[in-house]
Amino acid sequence: MTGTFVGMPAFPSAAREALADTQLRHNLAHATGVIRGKRSRLVEEVDADVAGGGAGWEELRLAGAAVKQRALDALASHLEQLEASLTAAGATVHWARDAAEANAVVASVAKAHGADEVVKVKSMVTAEIGLNEALAEEGIAAWETDLAELIVQLGDDLPSHILVPAIHRNRAEIREIFLRKMAAVGRPAPADLTDEPAVLAAAAREHLREKFLRAKVGVSGANFAVADTGTLVVVESEGNGRMCLTLPEVLVSVVGIEKVVPTFAELDPLLRLLPRSSTGERMNPYTSTWSGVTPDDGPQEVHVVLLDNGRSRALADDTGRQALRCIRCSACLNVCPVYERTGGHAYGSVYPGPIGAILNPLLQGTGDEQTDSLPYASSLCGACFEACPVRIDIPEVLVHLRSKVVDSHRGDRVPKPEALAMKGAAWSFADASRLGLVERAAGFSGPFLKRLRRTPLPGAAAWADARDLPVPPKESFRAWWARTDGGRR
Amino acid sequence: MRVALSVTCINDTMFPGTGQAVVRLLRRLGVDVEFPAAQTCCGQPMVNTGYLDEAVPAVRSYVDAFAGYDAIVTPSGSCAGSARHQHALVGRRASEKGLDRSLEADLADAPPTYELTELIVDVLGVTDVGAYFPHAVTYHPTCHSLRMLGVGDRPLRLLREVRGLRLRELPAAEQCCGFGGTFAVKNSDTSVAMGADKVRHVRSTGAEVLVAGDNSCLMHLGGMLDRQRSGVRVMHLAEVLAATEDAPAEVVR
Amino acid sequence: MTSTSAGNDARAEILGRVRSALRAVEPTPEPVLAPTTARTLGDAAAVDLFDERVADYRAVVERCTAGDLAARVGAALARHDATRAVVVPPGLAAALGVEESALAAAVPGAVADHDPGTGAHLTPYDLDRADAVVTAATLGIAETGTIVLDHGPGQGRRALTLVPDVHVCVVRTDQVVRDVPDAVTRLDPNRPLTWISGPSATSDIELDRVEGVHGPRTLHVLLVG
Repeated sequence: MTGTFVGMPAFPSAAREALADTQLRHNLAHATGVIRGKRSRLVEEVDADVAGGGAGWEELRLAGAAVKQRALDALASHLEQLEASLTAAGATVHWARDAAEANAVVASVAKAHGADEVVKVKSMVTAEIGLNEALAEEGIAAWETDLAELIVQLGDDLPSHILVPAIHRNRAEIREIFLRKMAAVGRPAPADLTDEPAVLAAAAREHLREKFLRAKVGVSGANFAVADTGTLVVVESEGNGRMCLTLPEVLVSVVGIEKVVPTFAELDPLLRLLPRSSTGERMNPYTSTWSGVTPDDGPQEVHVVLLDNGRSRALADDTGRQALRCIRCSACLNVCPVYERTGGHAYGSVYPGPIGAILNPLLQGTGDEQTDSLPYASSLCGACFEACPVRIDIPEVLVHLRSKVVDSHRGDRVPKPEALAMKGAAWSFADASRLGLVERAAGFSGPFLKRLRRTPLPGAAAWADARDLPVPPKESFRAWWARTDGGRR
Repeated sequence: MRVALSVTCINDTMFPGTGQAVVRLLRRLGVDVEFPAAQTCCGQPMVNTGYLDEAVPAVRSYVDAFAGYDAIVTPSGSCAGSARHQHALVGRRASEKGLDRSLEADLADAPPTYELTELIVDVLGVTDVGAYFPHAVTYHPTCHSLRMLGVGDRPLRLLREVRGLRLRELPAAEQCCGFGGTFAVKNSDTSVAMGADKVRHVRSTGAEVLVAGDNSCLMHLGGMLDRQRSGVRVMHLAEVLAATEDAPAEVVR
Repeated sequence: MTSTSAGNDARAEILGRVRSALRAVEPTPEPVLAPTTARTLGDAAAVDLFDERVADYRAVVERCTAGDLAARVGAALARHDATRAVVVPPGLAAALGVEESALAAAVPGAVADHDPGTGAHLTPYDLDRADAVVTAATLGIAETGTIVLDHGPGQGRRALTLVPDVHVCVVRTDQVVRDVPDAVTRLDPNRPLTWISGPSATSDIELDRVEGVHGPRTLHVLLVG
């Protein structure tokens, strides 16, 4: 990607801009609607098998959550075991505290082989660390080979979804991008290109094939890294992953330390949960697993970079730790009513949607205006938690992170109007007589509400912009109860 | 069984008719619900905005006001969810920061909080509450009752037994209406965009009345329906269930 | 490439941070048991389900007998007009349980991956020029319609079943297991594994599924037995 999220405005203003884009809203509503339908049919199919003695979806979710939680709860020893298994299988293991260290490893491997280009499997972690930009500075071209990543890269665009980074683009826009941009970086798109998805996919196949065949260095992430066997797992659909994992002589895989799964057998619930939650398929077309180097098969030099980049910070948060169970399926994005309307760019990160709203503050810490706006980018409707295959209680973590944002401002010399309002509320809610006083003082014949629009009370104007205020009652419930003895007189 | 009504702060100040409907409805079902006047708010507005310290006094008042009752009933899925899922969090914080050292322990002894339809269907075992409401109605399941509490189809089972009521299915019913407490003002553009889609679905049903179990969501949706001069009224479920031939509901707000 | 001292510092620091983050956390030593498989199926029902679920991905699935197999491989290649250069991995005839001569007759365009004279393997460019590849399989998973290759005899190294546009894959009915956990316990994690569920596909354009991207656009499964 050549775009950057640096300098993005806070969520509310970024969202306002996105909401004005009717084409974007149409694209998103269509795409998320399609995927929600597919996923829910498969969840129903799994649940239909309970009668025959099969595990229901909830049982699978519990197992998936338990595997990932178990991996995290003893993460240091699992990482040491992973390192030992990988080394025994012929891989070279590197450790990277942050993005710069990880990028430097990849660049040095490429340079050691005189490569001026690498082919890449779609990977969230390499997007997180800005690998493509870092390699470009070293004079190394990084070719994205996943179709959606290719669309984003060719379009000088930013990803807006975890699974389908180009979800904000429709077929006509994609055709335009291919026609305009492919020629500059390789095989041009055919002049008679139509906007049929199959035709567009075929153009990507032709464009990328020469890059796959000549590539010396492949770069990947991993969906899972099995500690006891040193097995890395890449789950994909198009075969671009297999191309990058098997054709080059050298493979570098950047793996977040939270990707560990303790044992090979424990891949089971995750491999059943991920494709159903992600693309809405019983199984994705291709899953590749490998441990280090296989003689005469695939890359004969294999590097694995174990990356922290904020993960140990998230791990130290007792409530937030569960977010590291995330298997990047994007089910939470697809069911999120906020995401469906704003799209991913408004979140200002490669991790958008509900998971991004918690993951970014957990990885980076609070304190930056944009990051601090993310935990508030939710109506707390809970659809994300319901869809999450590893049972991350996203609403719980959102509320927890909101409290961290608020706490970080407790020492402010000039409190925000909202903080003052909350202090006022705390005072009136401490004692019913105070609340009664406030209610009477406000004057329930209406002037209070009529004044509301002009008061500096936070949000009053924002409310009234699109919504009428209700007609205020003549008396409060507590006044009615006292006057009528609960309606008895 | 001594049942206390937690009317909620928003119903107390803005929608007293909902509280009155709960009282009438439950009396008709044989429960002489009481209103402990010491109650204020469940603390949810503060918790959901991240002001946990500021929620402590509200949660303390909740615990004190309802101590000694057998059950608490509230006409709000959201406030019931707050009592059941957030109070413990506030109690822990109050202990850790020394804001209220006994709150956590007192919460453990607090009576259970039921959302209105849970009390009627599960505790009283009733689905036909003897209501009469001769209108076309569509029902929006609010997120916290749907997902946090899991009230399932209890509200619909109650509505289906109401004489005269013509129930219209709401498309995409399970999608959030966009209210979300302070979300409605902090992210008002997104909130309104979500509300606009909900309102479009409501209007597509041809219903005269939109019913839900949370007046906060209805205030948001009603505000948009009114702004559009749609003619669709919003009513709390309790008011529909309280209506009878002898005491029909006024379909105005 | 050896680890640098910066790398060693990073290792110690990351593990230290992780340990300190988890000071108060009790580990769970026992592995999580696999949830029960999704169906209690008899063998025949498992094979029927496998057939149905593979076809669901728009792969071609045909049943045949062991005696028929060599001829059916030839017919499958002919059906996809992929007969001129067909990659044949070492050990294919034995893995399929057919005579070398019968296989050679069915696949006249056979190209071996490995030249015993020079020791060379086919290059990616050679594979790109091939019309098809024929392989055996390690197992099939009924519930998900998945074929797993462990790239042992008759299956070839990983690139062979990737670059040619047509993959004819032979699965024996006694290789079909019910669901993912049955597969995971049977597979050797020390071998590279490729799980294949239908032809390559993408949902990247408006989340509509399109079959056929970089991997073989045609997957033809012969289910034997």
